[in-house]
Amino acid sequence: MTRESRTPVLEVRDLRIYYETPKGDVHAVDGISFVLYQGETLGLVGESGCGKSTAAMGILQLITPPGRIVSGQVLMDGVDLLKLDERTLRQMRWSRLALVPQGAMNSLNPTMRVHQQIEDVIRQHQTKTKTFDRSQLKPRILELLSWVGLPERVYDMYPHELSGGMKQRVCIAMAVALHPGVIIADESTSALDVVVQRVVAQTLLRVKADLGVSMIMIGHDMGLMAQMVDRIVVMYAGRIVEIATVEHAFRNPAHPYSQVLIDSVPTISERKPLKITEGITHDPRNPPHGCIFQLRCPFVMERCRREAPQRREIRPGQEVACHLYEQQPDGSYRDVRDTA
Amino acid sequence: MSEILLEIRNATKTYVQRGSKSKRQIVALENFNLAIPCAPASIITIAGESGSGKSTLANLVLGFTKPTSGQVIYQGQDMAAATPQQQQRYRREVQAVFQDPFGVYNPFYRVQHVFDMVIRNFRLAENARQGRDMIEEALNIVGLHGEDVLRKYPHQLSGGQRQRIMFARAYMVKPRLIVADEPVSMVDASLRAAILDVMMRLRADGISFLYITHDLSTAFQVGDQIFVLYHGAVAETGQATEVIRKPHHPYVQLLISSIPDPDPRVKWQGTVDLPPEEEMRTIDSPGCRFHPRCPQRMPICLQAAPPLYPVSTDGQRAACYLYDQDVKRGKLQA
Repeated sequence: MTRESRTPVLEVRDLRIYYETPKGDVHAVDGISFVLYQGETLGLVGESGCGKSTAAMGILQLITPPGRIVSGQVLMDGVDLLKLDERTLRQMRWSRLALVPQGAMNSLNPTMRVHQQIEDVIRQHQTKTKTFDRSQLKPRILELLSWVGLPERVYDMYPHELSGGMKQRVCIAMAVALHPGVIIADESTSALDVVVQRVVAQTLLRVKADLGVSMIMIGHDMGLMAQMVDRIVVMYAGRIVEIATVEHAFRNPAHPYSQVLIDSVPTISERKPLKITEGITHDPRNPPHGCIFQLRCPFVMERCRREAPQRREIRPGQEVACHLYEQQPDGSYRDVRDTA
Repeated sequence: MSEILLEIRNATKTYVQRGSKSKRQIVALENFNLAIPCAPASIITIAGESGSGKSTLANLVLGFTKPTSGQVIYQGQDMAAATPQQQQRYRREVQAVFQDPFGVYNPFYRVQHVFDMVIRNFRLAENARQGRDMIEEALNIVGLHGEDVLRKYPHQLSGGQRQRIMFARAYMVKPRLIVADEPVSMVDASLRAAILDVMMRLRADGISFLYITHDLSTAFQVGDQIFVLYHGAVAETGQATEVIRKPHHPYVQLLISSIPDPDPRVKWQGTVDLPPEEEMRTIDSPGCRFHPRCPQRMPICLQAAPPLYPVSTDGQRAACYLYDQDVKRGKLQA
């Protein structure tokens, strides 16, 4: 797919989500903007607490107090989801925008059989254009189950009778039940064993390809990201520090934080000396002036403490928010460390 | 041969599952053998998926459960027949670090409290000053400073710092062995290296580790010997680097090939199918546990559980009939 022909399906603009605490607001998501294109898989990475799950919940508007969406836009087909009323939103969810939740183990209702839960999703969220009557429901659910590689028996089973990987695949079946255009998968394989994780990941990719949907994958397993996504959004402390194609992100990450992330990926191809980075983080209620990463950055400069870097495209397919990259008169960017 | 610090001999642990109609005995760990030498200190990895028996093993070593049969022998003493004094010494010399770096703390107390408790319980210090020095020394070993962390509450520290404090706490008691049950799995990737580094530093200080994990890449980076468990039995054992580079058991091969490669140019090859459901192992199901999923299964695999066959000259062994001399020869003739 060429860059010009890509159609955006979801656009997030300057989204801010804060959590209220007695000592002031925690800036969990602090002005993030990105675009999800038709058919792509976008990885959203960062360490725990960086705001990646909050961002996903914000897109789906499932933020509950003390959290609140402070400002921003989430555009889908030109409509700002943040301006919709609860009824319209309810129809959007699952039918246009679906979630495979974190820890699918605990997101199924233990007292309902699998088919009842999938029926529930279909009935509650179906729209005028996508309706199923009773007689169509059963074949549709069986079709969904076979799609995710589950046997027909699962139809009548309870969640406790399923293994973790099977429950996760039931959640994927639910997510695609109404043919959504966008799926958000929040750490959907992180609690699984590697072999099962691979099966679930491959199920997700196959279903995604069959349906032609776009996907946002949230996680911190960089190995899994390398296998699954097209582009990577790197978040640190509520902000996006880099957006790059998966090739750029792994071969020449630009932001110092992305470099730490890539360096700390353990491999089984060679034993290398451990790279230790100290994790001094700022008070999330009181982010520092200037660059968000300055307290941990090995290359911090005076300018980083004064002004927050803007995100700029330093080469095709790689945008980074860092003062280390300076624009030249010819429009290209160079790393200021190269001349020093 | 050097002296043995901890030996596990033919340990089997079964749990009874009572259904409405019947009673089944589920095997969590079967005929497990392990010997940790007194010196040199080493990091011994126990790897396997959930339900493979690795936590059962940790619980046996820590004395939280007793084996159904078999023995846990510490410096020549069978712990089932140990005197209270011997047990007390064992509890001091075998320490534990657990998975959840938040759950082990009482959120109402400052970090200082964790250390005060250890000093009091094991009567480590004669006076307050000596106690302070011990705490500082232990914190320095894990790369922290008392002034930075002692006055803080657990929630003010990162997961990596909390976990390193747990290692410092264990270190203060001067243990011979630390059972580390998934110590890095809940810590962010960028902070994991610091914890693995602490393990390597303590090993250099003469402390051995029973490192329980499902993450083979960290085992590859720091581990010495490895045991890969499948459904309660050892599938393969040997040097961690060798087993991971050249796995022989079909399960271990599948496991290694499923680790996502952090290189977008190297994608997973082919697809894997899981059996529709995993049967729980009962005491009376014979044969190899991996048989239902094995791509190379043979009739012999159902007759009895395969013993560990040597597959290399440096002590690597795999529990698979593919490496049985008779089977190999039979195959060649056929």
